[in-house]
Amino acid sequence: MNSPILLQPDETFILNVGPQHPATHGVLRVKMEMHGEYIVNAETVIGYIHRMHEKMGELKTYPQFLMNLSRMDYLGALGYSHGHVLLVEKASGIVVPERAEYIRAIMVELNRIASHLFWFGAFVMDLGGFSPLMYALQDREHILDMLEAVTGSRLTYCYFRFGGLYNDVDDDFIAAARRFIPRMRKSMKKYHRLVTGNIIFRKRLEGIAPLSKEMCRKYGASSAVARGSGINFDVRKNEPYSVYPEFDFDVPVYHECDSLARYMVRMDEIEQSLRIVEQGLDKLPGGPIMPDKKPKLIKPPAGDYYQAVETARGSFGIRLVSDGGKNPYRLKLRSPTYSNMHLFDEACRGMMIMDALAFMGSLDLVIPEIDR
Amino acid sequence: MVAYFTEIFTGLMSLFIGMGITFKEFFKPTVTVSYPYETLTMSARYRGHIELVEDEEGNPQCVVCGLCEKACPSDCISLAGEKPEGGKKKVLTKYKLDFTKCSLCGSCVESCSFGAINFSKDYNLASTNKEDFYFDLLKRLEERKK
Repeated sequence: MNSPILLQPDETFILNVGPQHPATHGVLRVKMEMHGEYIVNAETVIGYIHRMHEKMGELKTYPQFLMNLSRMDYLGALGYSHGHVLLVEKASGIVVPERAEYIRAIMVELNRIASHLFWFGAFVMDLGGFSPLMYALQDREHILDMLEAVTGSRLTYCYFRFGGLYNDVDDDFIAAARRFIPRMRKSMKKYHRLVTGNIIFRKRLEGIAPLSKEMCRKYGASSAVARGSGINFDVRKNEPYSVYPEFDFDVPVYHECDSLARYMVRMDEIEQSLRIVEQGLDKLPGGPIMPDKKPKLIKPPAGDYYQAVETARGSFGIRLVSDGGKNPYRLKLRSPTYSNMHLFDEACRGMMIMDALAFMGSLDLVIPEIDR
Repeated sequence: MVAYFTEIFTGLMSLFIGMGITFKEFFKPTVTVSYPYETLTMSARYRGHIELVEDEEGNPQCVVCGLCEKACPSDCISLAGEKPEGGKKKVLTKYKLDFTKCSLCGSCVESCSFGAINFSKDYNLASTNKEDFYFDLLKRLEERKK
């Protein structure tokens, strides 16, 4: 019979979390040096599902690369496509009809709500609560149905085109979106009663994993990670693009810096996105969804272009270096979770493993987006 | 001391509120569809794999221009055609779709100026055999006609 291994009081051991682990929500590996239940050191290992999206961007023509963007972040795909089309339109001087821009904003915000809902469910499930996931998925399903009816796909959309959209929204969609807004507001109240007020939930998050402003700045964190630490930065407000200046919405900022603050920011963001969708539906102008002269061959003039957008996971930047050809010379994708995740190594030192996994959930990681 | 007991009380209350909500949800009607036994009809714009569109005579509308082949980002379409003797237009002889590579972006359908390809509504395509995903669209068109 084997005798149990006895650790010396100051001895540490290595715990390997992932690459296949439910808490990492994807193929992320975390090498943790543990002292009992406390983390001494952690190292995130990425690259298990690297698919060379940047290289593909160089090899494919501009329209052929459209569908790659929705394969990066499978939960909030439209935000990424939005950044790409805005960049190429800026580079090649394509003017987008106003209706198309409004529909884009509505779609991106609906997608953001869907993404946050999934995060909410998965996050609470990480902490041991199962039923909120089911309720969140039920609400998310309404959004997916709406998006499917318009775009034709449920997750990996390829809806935006250079100059406009793949197809127009119909009255059914507008009616469904209008029905969805009060429904979602009612659900938000339910979630706050069910989860936010829950004593176990609060005890697991309050004061846990404090991230200082300085640390967020140092690592280039964005989205709820930065806004939960008191940094008021939202690309939609700070570097306005598309029709976002037309909308009246707030950027939720919390100064508590803990996991609960990050949770609260995302929950408030759902409400703000609902406001944007509502205003977008009210203001939706008529007209075409593609410019009169549909751009045939996309060849941006030689130069260096950059566009940042606020996706569900943070500020996504895309840089294009064009040499005037039909393929980009270089396409750099700056993914927000890549920066958000690297906080983890430094921030989780000295934390208990259960708190660290809750903290990881609050970062809202989507691994294909980190690896891209 | 007071804060300690207040916390216990509010904490307990929060648990009961949560239980109340799940209890109410328990009696709500089921919204899930038990998939293999029940299926949903796909929306009109659903993007399945592509299929050929036929004209009034039942022949494919395709004129073998090859634009879809060029537009495809993943090189999953290969087609061929020939001019019949005495005929003016090319006639499609082969249209293969490698669905293992297709990402359903719809570039091919958009690039077609003749309306010769369309999205199908098929989604029950699971298979353990790779060969099942090499579609011969001409053959599928023939089968559809029958």
